[in-house]
Amino acid sequence: MAEKKNTCDLFDCGHRACGGCGEALAARLVMQAAGTETIVVNATGCMEVFSTPYPETAWKVPWIHSLFENAAAVASGIEASLKKQGRKEKVVIMAGDGATFDIGMICISGAFERGHDFAYICYDNEAYMNTGIQRSGATPYDASTTTSPAGKCSFGNKLPKKDMPAILAAHGAPYVATASVAYPADLMQKIERAINTPGPCYVQVHVPCCTGWGFEGDQTVAIAKLAIETGLWVNFEMVDGKVTKVKKVVRKPVTEYLKTQKRFRHLFKPKLQETEIAAIQAIADRNAEKYGLDIKLPPKKE
Amino acid sequence: MAVAVGCRARPGKSRDNKTGSWRVFKPVFDHEKCSKCGMCRTLCPEGCIHEDAGGFFDPDYSFCKGCGLCATECPKEAITMKLEEK
Repeated sequence: MAEKKNTCDLFDCGHRACGGCGEALAARLVMQAAGTETIVVNATGCMEVFSTPYPETAWKVPWIHSLFENAAAVASGIEASLKKQGRKEKVVIMAGDGATFDIGMICISGAFERGHDFAYICYDNEAYMNTGIQRSGATPYDASTTTSPAGKCSFGNKLPKKDMPAILAAHGAPYVATASVAYPADLMQKIERAINTPGPCYVQVHVPCCTGWGFEGDQTVAIAKLAIETGLWVNFEMVDGKVTKVKKVVRKPVTEYLKTQKRFRHLFKPKLQETEIAAIQAIADRNAEKYGLDIKLPPKKE
Repeated sequence: MAVAVGCRARPGKSRDNKTGSWRVFKPVFDHEKCSKCGMCRTLCPEGCIHEDAGGFFDPDYSFCKGCGLCATECPKEAITMKLEEK
């Protein structure tokens, strides 16, 4: 783990993220793990907008933004150039779930296929938050967004969350992991490993968005923790396509997580939607079975 | 002829933007309850909490947005949110 630093961060103060932003927290932690010998490629998204309103920038490392869809392609070019010049800087891509799951998919697939040496960090806040909370491929089942609004005819987003780690593991990525801002030490360890593993590596970071999900800014970490404790987010590591490490939990019912956020409010008010909640519980149960999440407690002694 | 392409900015120039003016509630740190674990420093989304020579933590009020994440996550409950008086 990176040593405790007392100086100012590589992702500095004064950026325009909302108070309690999970993304800003993730950016800080990623930069703490990555260190100064890093070139950051940012896709369009909240992070790009709030950290670099011209002529200001919160970044203290070389940073480039080109378009929404081509972060992986830009990083490929930088990596190839560094290699040709014999330089040792590491290339880190920071992209949101929209840029990763939907818009950037072609460039990502190409870059992973070519096997460039970079770390692709996807900060997953489960919708297009910057443009006003539109659903993306990462939006969970039944979440209300502005393009999948809950109302008389709908309970929100009807489609399941895309399994991006599996897609990139299938490309032959040597290291794929998921992490959460609720466990900063684990997050930084995974980022370091992704950066130091040769080849294209992928880390998907769960970052609660207080504005888009509808909760108070001080609850960011508590909600990220609940996502893991209910089994709706799984922290795992995949090496060469095989799951090697999973964060196990004593699972809580999914309602503990759902009731904390306005995007799921329609499941509780005006009346409790038991079928919908059962469907979400089934997603958590499937995760638990797939990854072996549950801690088996020894039977109580009499 | 050298042509400047794109928009460039000095590293960390965002410090010109004093986000402390956004604050409604202000975190007040009680050093007597503090166990110096550094959780507030790690979790601050602004990165505006600094460690002093004695190992205690204090926020930089010119950037603290008053989100209250540090107060909620402090294991010793050493941080309280007080209404800002300006």
